Amino acid sequence: MTREWKPRLVAFFCNWCTYTAADLAGVSRLKYAPNVRVIRLMCSGRIDPQFILEALAKGADGVLIGGCHPNDCHYVEGNYKMLRRFQLLKRMLQDMGIEEQRVRLEWISAAEGDKVRKVVNEMTEALQALGPLGLPGRFEEWDREVEHLAATVQEKEAAGCACGAPAEPRDTEVAHV
Amino acid sequence: MAMEKQNQEPRIGFYVCHCGTNIAGMVDCAEVAHHVGTLPNVVMSKDYKYMCSDPGQELIQKDIAAHGLNRVVVASCSPLLHEHTFRGAVEKGGLNPFFFHMVNIREHDSWVHTDRQEATEKAKALAQAAIGRVAHHKALETKRVDINPTTLVVGAGIAGIHTAMTIANAGKQVVLVEREPTIGGHMAKFDKTFPTLDCAACILTPKMSAAGAHENIRLLSYSEVTKVDGFVGNYKVTIKRKPRYIDEEACIGCQDCIPACVFKTPKFADEFNEGLGKRRPVYIPFPQATPQIVAIDPNVCLNFKKGENGDRVVSDKCKKTCVEACGDKDAIDFTQTERFEEIEVGAIVVATGFQTYDATRSPSYGYGRYDNVYTALEIERLVNASGPTGGHVVMRDGKSEPKSVGIIHCVGSRDKKTNAWCSRVCCMYSMKLAHLLKEHTNAEIYNFYIDVRTPGKGYEEFYGKLLEEGVHFIRGRVGEVTDWAMTPEEEGKLVIRVEDTLAGMVRRIPVDMVVLATGLEPQKDAQDVRRLFNMSCGSEGFFLERHPKLAPVNTFSDGIYIAGACQGPKDIPDTVAQAGAAAAEVLALIDKGYVEQEPNTAFILEDECSGCKSCIPLCPYTAILFDEKTDKAWINEALCKGCGTCVGSCPSGSIVQNLFEDQEIFSEIEGVLAYD
Amino acid sequence: MSKPKVAFYWCASCGGCEETVVDLAEDILGVVEKVDIVLWPVAMDFKYQDIEAMADKEIFATLLNGAIRTSEQEEMAALLRRKSQFLIAYGACAQMGGIPALANQFSRDQILEFNYEKCPALDNPQKTRPTLSLQDDGRNPHLPEFRNVVRTLDQVVDVDYYIPGCPPTPNLTKAAFEALLSGNLPPKGAVIAPDIALCDECSRKATKPTNVAFTEFKRPHQALADPDLCFLAQGMVCMGPATRSGCGAACTSGNMPCTGCFGPTSRVRDQGAKILSSLCANIEARDEDGINQTLAGIPDPVGTFYRYGLAKSILRRRVDLNMTASGK
Repeated sequence: MTREWKPRLVAFFCNWCTYTAADLAGVSRLKYAPNVRVIRLMCSGRIDPQFILEALAKGADGVLIGGCHPNDCHYVEGNYKMLRRFQLLKRMLQDMGIEEQRVRLEWISAAEGDKVRKVVNEMTEALQALGPLGLPGRFEEWDREVEHLAATVQEKEAAGCACGAPAEPRDTEVAHV
Repeated sequence: MAMEKQNQEPRIGFYVCHCGTNIAGMVDCAEVAHHVGTLPNVVMSKDYKYMCSDPGQELIQKDIAAHGLNRVVVASCSPLLHEHTFRGAVEKGGLNPFFFHMVNIREHDSWVHTDRQEATEKAKALAQAAIGRVAHHKALETKRVDINPTTLVVGAGIAGIHTAMTIANAGKQVVLVEREPTIGGHMAKFDKTFPTLDCAACILTPKMSAAGAHENIRLLSYSEVTKVDGFVGNYKVTIKRKPRYIDEEACIGCQDCIPACVFKTPKFADEFNEGLGKRRPVYIPFPQATPQIVAIDPNVCLNFKKGENGDRVVSDKCKKTCVEACGDKDAIDFTQTERFEEIEVGAIVVATGFQTYDATRSPSYGYGRYDNVYTALEIERLVNASGPTGGHVVMRDGKSEPKSVGIIHCVGSRDKKTNAWCSRVCCMYSMKLAHLLKEHTNAEIYNFYIDVRTPGKGYEEFYGKLLEEGVHFIRGRVGEVTDWAMTPEEEGKLVIRVEDTLAGMVRRIPVDMVVLATGLEPQKDAQDVRRLFNMSCGSEGFFLERHPKLAPVNTFSDGIYIAGACQGPKDIPDTVAQAGAAAAEVLALIDKGYVEQEPNTAFILEDECSGCKSCIPLCPYTAILFDEKTDKAWINEALCKGCGTCVGSCPSGSIVQNLFEDQEIFSEIEGVLAYD
Repeated sequence: MSKPKVAFYWCASCGGCEETVVDLAEDILGVVEKVDIVLWPVAMDFKYQDIEAMADKEIFATLLNGAIRTSEQEEMAALLRRKSQFLIAYGACAQMGGIPALANQFSRDQILEFNYEKCPALDNPQKTRPTLSLQDDGRNPHLPEFRNVVRTLDQVVDVDYYIPGCPPTPNLTKAAFEALLSGNLPPKGAVIAPDIALCDECSRKATKPTNVAFTEFKRPHQALADPDLCFLAQGMVCMGPATRSGCGAACTSGNMPCTGCFGPTSRVRDQGAKILSSLCANIEARDEDGINQTLAGIPDPVGTFYRYGLAKSILRRRVDLNMTASGK
């Protein structure tokens, strides 16, 4: 890491409430931490848990999910579906060694621009305190133990048997009849 | 899905907007443009002062031609503001408008951050996400759906009648469905209306008969909606026609059958009069009922008996003097059964009204235990000249007039134990009844209130008038109504125990009659009706409007509107205003003739769907159906609102949402994180 | 003309996959007729040196089962990759890590400590642990290194095709052989099984109602399963909707819910996340307490949803485990 580490927060906001609230925060010129990157979806019900895992795996230090308040979902009840997924996902992430504060679900209505500011700032602070999750780096570290594999095989082969044919370029279209 | 265009190598044009200094003041636009220019698939990258201006839009159009662009990304303000504008520009440039994506670097970036470098980095990351995403975009089409110009209005109280009349007067066809034998709803039962004290019947019944006779209104009384399929502009509605055992075409409303009934005197509780009067098995709810068609109640008519499963079946045991009286009109038909009729409409207005709070749920007030405890609606009938006593206010013994009356406000309102909300009309109707009771009996009238709420034109003045009339107002929630006398004066009376919070003491006030100002609550079957029409209910159970201020008669289902007290307690003026608003929404919809749909709908990959049905209960619009023939689910695109909940939940990844495909979102995730 | 050479190899797995080859029964004769088996340690005696002596790509196809946990397995995978035209990940462990990959919830230290010190059935008062090499009476035996992470085959070497299952069914195996031998091959990287979820071939499919709303989740030992009714309709977690078909719905036919061994369809990156999403969305309760009460029936989401797929999941492994150097 060349520069000083800063938390990276990916947010999935529903179009109707939380994204609009973030727009309102802008129009109101509220100031908050620049660490958040918002991805807009039509409804929090669209948020596939795969997106959350993928964001973490690709380098997010935290994920924020924003949806309409209970009973206010533009699509009637998409937010409940996200809430239900979130309850189990939270537990599963803990089992996978990811701190609870890294993934947060908030109901933020279109009128709550200030809540966007508050939640983003709180989360940025919490992530700053937790330090980097850094999954891409961890994956690299894990795989370092198999890095020298090819060389080892070659070595063994050369030692064990000198008659191995020279390596051919990989033939991709072989098919036997 | 495999259109030729979609297989082309992406050639992306990127524009970053300065928005004057709104963006450029905090984001180094040239640097963003430079960074994006280095990304794969990007063939040109520019920054420009005002992208949304005409020259800005023309720039996009020229570049599409000059550089052979097939994708466009604009980083500027919120897509909620200008996505439409830029899609239009892209379309004018000859591309499908959905080969476009917008990046919000104003509301979400320059306006909310204070560090120029951080804000610039963020803009780059968001732009990079869009570049990754837009490469996966597909050509999409907005669908136009024609609107069937006929409207269904459900419920024919004052809200439904007014809606139906307004639409019909505009020359459009209306089907008006009412589950009772007559239209009119609650208002038909009222005596006078506050604050003007004009007679309810005088203003309502002409409207009722006009609705019944309107050439553009088809009135289906004694009928209920049982099924709603379809979508905005194209609803298929099944209506149950309950048997009234009268041929509606043949009955001329002469009512000769009623006195001819074998029951010489009416002996069955009369629903219209809240059970205070009696009727025969063949009856008409009230003299000005619309339609003017009698009905036969099989539960008490001698020509019916209890069938095997408890249903009433024809016994043919009666002399059928009614049939004799009807003569060659031959309108009585004991063989009638439930019929189901399917109609097609483009819009639906739900105006199913309210029910009054069941006073027995507040046992301390003695309703049902003490004869002379009444509900307000009973008093409406009692003071009504066409009511069971001809407007003569007598108590349940049938002869004595009350010399003192206590009216208890907020019964089943403003009470966490029952209903938390204010029913909005009780203060006013209590004062109206106080006035009428005083006028009829000259009794002492006591109102027991928490607060007197008079927020309407002329309402506060009406309150002032009541005070001048010498009606007593005691501030305090009544503790109980009891017949247990502590003093000789209380003997034989109902004693109201109340803490008078103005006088600061507990009082016992003996009265002859107690009136409970019962509140308004959602109809018993509101949840069923909600599901029927794909609406939502608020936590209290009233139907939920799309927006409390800006879309008060719309629901979350397009083409379905609400009016009147089914949306929340309201008085007649507000109800009529809302009914007019609903009619205007309907007319705006059907006059346009079509609706355009954002193509962000979901579709199921038919070959890949395993038919697990997991998605079906997730759709709040019942847009997902199971095809028994293919054994797979499919989505009715016209019903789909594009939330994507089913897509996020499909366990085999076999549902795709246009504009929000998995791959598009994954690229966006990768994009926002790729830039360090 | 010589027959195409075929190899079978076994890494971190239980041997069930090998059993499937035997389960081809008389069909195995058809296979044996058309190919020469050059390596099959579980059934025949070959020496690794024989393989090392072969020219690159001399083997037509290798079916390798089992996850990759040790350095020896890595070496064999790499060797067989070089010697084979087609390397096929055979079975859930090679494809996705399988049951052995559940160990990715623990660090190497935790595993070694339990197995050589804490396991109740153990008699190891010296707390002896395996070492990579030792001097023993003039001999110098070597043991493979036990890696920190359980890997899928394709996390170690390039893989051409995948045959899923725990174990793969004889039918799929036969079909794969037929495809290989006829040259009628799907695109590289394909999983050789239908790309549609299990419900498609489950006999209980028709009994699933369209209005499931979960109020509780039961595990198979907690209730007597109705032999005909969809497991989800009975409130039992069934991975079928998130799992490829091709097994002939073997488990559900045997009155056990699907546990997901065929892995996700090609359209899903993370099988566990997807079934979680679907099951949770269909819970009836709307309030947190009610939802959590229902979810109490899934006490071990990782073990339930990633029973076979943890190594191949997006997170791969419990992320806060440290990496330790091998004990030398």
